[in-house]
Amino acid sequence: MQKVKQKNIRNFSIIAHIDHGKSTLADRLIEKTGLLTSREMHEQVLDSMELERERGITIKLKSIRLSYRGEDGEDYVLNLIDTPGHVDFNYEVSRSLAACEGALLVVDATQGVEAQTLANVYLALEQNLEILPVINKIDLPSARPDEVKKEIEDIIGIDAQDAPLISAKEGINIESVFKEIIDKIPSPEGDSNLPLKALIFDSYYDSYKGVVSYIRVFEGTIKPGMRIRMMSTNKCFEVTEVGVNTYSQIPVDKLEAGEVGYVVAGIKNVKDARVGDTITDHDNPTESPLPGYKKVVPMVYCGIYPAEGEDFNSVRDALEKLQVNDASLVFEPETSAALGFGFRCGFLGLLHMEIVQERLEREFDLNIVTTAPSVIYKIKKKSGEELDIQNPTNMPDLSEIESMKEPIVSASIMTPTEYVGPIMELCQNRRGTYINMEYLEETRVMLHYDLPLNEVIYDFFDALKSRTRGFASFDYELKGYKESDLVKLDILINGELVDALSIIVHRSKAYERGRKIAEKLKEEIPRHQFAIPIQAAIGSKIIARETIKALRKDVLAKCYGGDVTRKKKLLEKQKEGKKRMRQIGTVDVPQEAFLSVLKYDE
Amino acid sequence: MREIAVYIHIPFCSSKCYYCDFVSFPRLDKRIDEYVECLIMEMELYKDMLKECTVETVFIGGGTPSYIDESHIMRILEYLYQNYKSDGIKEITIEVNPETVEYKKVKAYKDTGINRISIGLQSTNDNLLAQIGRRHTFDDFLKSYEIIEKAGFNNISVDLMFGLPNQNIDDCVNSLDSVIDLNVKHISYYSLIIEENTLMNRWYKEGKMKLPDEDVEREMYHVGVELLKSKGYRHYEISNFAVQGYECRHNLYYWKIKPYIGFGISSHSNIGNKRFWNYSSYSSYINALKNGNIPMEGEEYIDKDMQMAEFMIMGLRLVDGVNRNEFKKRFNVDVDEIFGKALNRHFKNGLITEKNGNIMFTERGLDLSNIVYVDLLPD
Repeated sequence: MQKVKQKNIRNFSIIAHIDHGKSTLADRLIEKTGLLTSREMHEQVLDSMELERERGITIKLKSIRLSYRGEDGEDYVLNLIDTPGHVDFNYEVSRSLAACEGALLVVDATQGVEAQTLANVYLALEQNLEILPVINKIDLPSARPDEVKKEIEDIIGIDAQDAPLISAKEGINIESVFKEIIDKIPSPEGDSNLPLKALIFDSYYDSYKGVVSYIRVFEGTIKPGMRIRMMSTNKCFEVTEVGVNTYSQIPVDKLEAGEVGYVVAGIKNVKDARVGDTITDHDNPTESPLPGYKKVVPMVYCGIYPAEGEDFNSVRDALEKLQVNDASLVFEPETSAALGFGFRCGFLGLLHMEIVQERLEREFDLNIVTTAPSVIYKIKKKSGEELDIQNPTNMPDLSEIESMKEPIVSASIMTPTEYVGPIMELCQNRRGTYINMEYLEETRVMLHYDLPLNEVIYDFFDALKSRTRGFASFDYELKGYKESDLVKLDILINGELVDALSIIVHRSKAYERGRKIAEKLKEEIPRHQFAIPIQAAIGSKIIARETIKALRKDVLAKCYGGDVTRKKKLLEKQKEGKKRMRQIGTVDVPQEAFLSVLKYDE
Repeated sequence: MREIAVYIHIPFCSSKCYYCDFVSFPRLDKRIDEYVECLIMEMELYKDMLKECTVETVFIGGGTPSYIDESHIMRILEYLYQNYKSDGIKEITIEVNPETVEYKKVKAYKDTGINRISIGLQSTNDNLLAQIGRRHTFDDFLKSYEIIEKAGFNNISVDLMFGLPNQNIDDCVNSLDSVIDLNVKHISYYSLIIEENTLMNRWYKEGKMKLPDEDVEREMYHVGVELLKSKGYRHYEISNFAVQGYECRHNLYYWKIKPYIGFGISSHSNIGNKRFWNYSSYSSYINALKNGNIPMEGEEYIDKDMQMAEFMIMGLRLVDGVNRNEFKKRFNVDVDEIFGKALNRHFKNGLITEKNGNIMFTERGLDLSNIVYVDLLPD
């Protein structure tokens, strides 16, 4: 691998809203540097996970090293560091931005700036990155590049007059992007002779190599044979390989200050190579780690249980395998009277939760039941004891509780002005506190609300989308805890409390939620030979009730001649269906019923 | 000497009723000769295999067997008489639809040895008949009934349906009353089942057709059962009612899982531990026979666990249920040893009862029979 001078290195990220063309632009840059022919390129190289490609978002970040000969005839190394585009992964985004000196801000010429883009722009500004706006999709007839430029200037306050007007999809004007990168993004600084100081911005588990960490070297040099130390844990490892990512991983002799690459050091679990941690030389350590390291903590919890007929151990194995690659996923065994043995799992946010659930089902082919997501409540008991509760089942009796607090997020919602009414109504409904409204331009505003996180995790995105026909974008961050009048809402099926259906809600919402859940369950649970009452209760007080009428008829009346086989098949199908249900007392409850508490259907 | 029941399928009709999912080809008149030819070839193929068996009953079903010329029916039966042990046949039934009945035809049936006729009436309400795709009126039925009696038939069965779209309880009662007034010996009173691949299924799915709700549908059944019983009919199977001594012998072979052989497209057979069935595609059936092959599409080996389950499931359709001794004699094991747990559960919740060593459904059990059946199937 050809070595280049530090002054010819450019480390940069691409910031964009979903669908604004980040991945397409990345593909185009890769293609133009001749690293791959377009035929070789599996569309959108950086998003390699199946799930990512399907959702059009990047979950795990990666980096790629591009070689480019500038107009000045010099050879440049361009390290493109990919970032996840979702708020759940805010911390990871901030760490990969910290590995860069600059960022391309890709804005869709037809859509303009979105809330999520802004969140990442602010992260980039915090890291003092040089931000280069790029206006994409100018080939579309509805493109309005001049307005979008003005928008960028008005909203973000950076100069957008020189922003390249491109179409990543059509390959228009890609050269000017390279020129901007080389001209405007500063080269890295840092002395290769100082003690090692390298930032981990991603780690993943490889079944052959063990943990592979993506790093940016700030000071010093890292090479095979060296003993390195993780500064947050003080754990030591011996480097077996360093290299750079091109189309594949290519080992090199060493990585020096300013460079981006990967390191392999016989690490068995990503927990020992956490994102944001600083790697140093064990024998010649640097004085202080790089700033910004945080151990990420889960914000959202839910129960994950093996579905009927699925093995507890296979679910545990799968969670363990996921965790090897995902240091932010936490889980511990728990038991539910209704669902048996399972796991309480913690996630960075809703998307993270969905991703884990989907991967369990898709990659590990598991049948799972998930319970309603919950957040962490802080409870102060009259005895003075303080508790963190994330599983409603563990909530103490109301009589023992002195006070309760719930997490609040500050939410920014960007929307065309016509949807302000419906959004305010929604936020009001979700116990939001209005903070302010900024006019970004004549037709667009940014609404700021404080919202309880337990309202946000409850179908908020879908409600927002449906109220604004998808035009609003949404972003939030944890603000703190606030005292709140919360109650535990229980569901009883045929008189039996179903622990897996309990949720913690604000008292003012309990009736409505109780009624909705009872109605949903009535739809989901098949009729039995007896009538089944479904009740919602706070403590011993019943606040809503539905009844599933007794089944009157379940017959195969027709005699299909001598076709006993067919009759039997119909019965076997029915038996299969029954097997997949959960028995709660004498009631067969389909797995889907447990999801019914998740949906609001406003 | 083993006894066997013979089913013969005639897959032709004048038009497809909207609820029908049996294999039948409306107006495919030009294929009738060829089909009957093949049917006889099939009987020929089985002749030697079944030479030890005596034919007890014959059922000619469809489609509409009376749609095709009576000469075909005569030819099939003549072939059977000459090539199978048929001296002691107790019952030969043919299904007819009112619009196809004429004196010459039924007289020929009688002369060929057919001794039981099953008429598809379904309802006496002409509007309802039209809505389900029947091509006859109630008046057509009355005329055909008269002809059939005149031809010398005494053992006549009439099919009626309930749970039809737009049907109400009065319709059901009127239909039953009219049929009972004729002193019909056997009545089948069936619940409409919406089968896949029928026109009705499509209308139902598209919301173009409304069915009576479950409670009304059950009331139609219970009112019907009570009415028929009060008029002296014996309720001997979930959907079947007969004057004592006129129960359908042929169907008892299905319900008791005794040996039966089906000839013709899509028909099913049960011999020994094997269940097998013919092609339901016309060309596959014809081609197999033209090449001298048995037109078997599939077969299933029934192991002992399944045999016992089937015996229970089919046997419980009979209102007298399953006799403990009969079970023990057949399977050499106590019924409780196999099904005790499941039966007990449903005994407790009132779906099953027992009388004189017969295990049977309660009235409620008849409505919810699948719940019990599902528990009887082996795991």
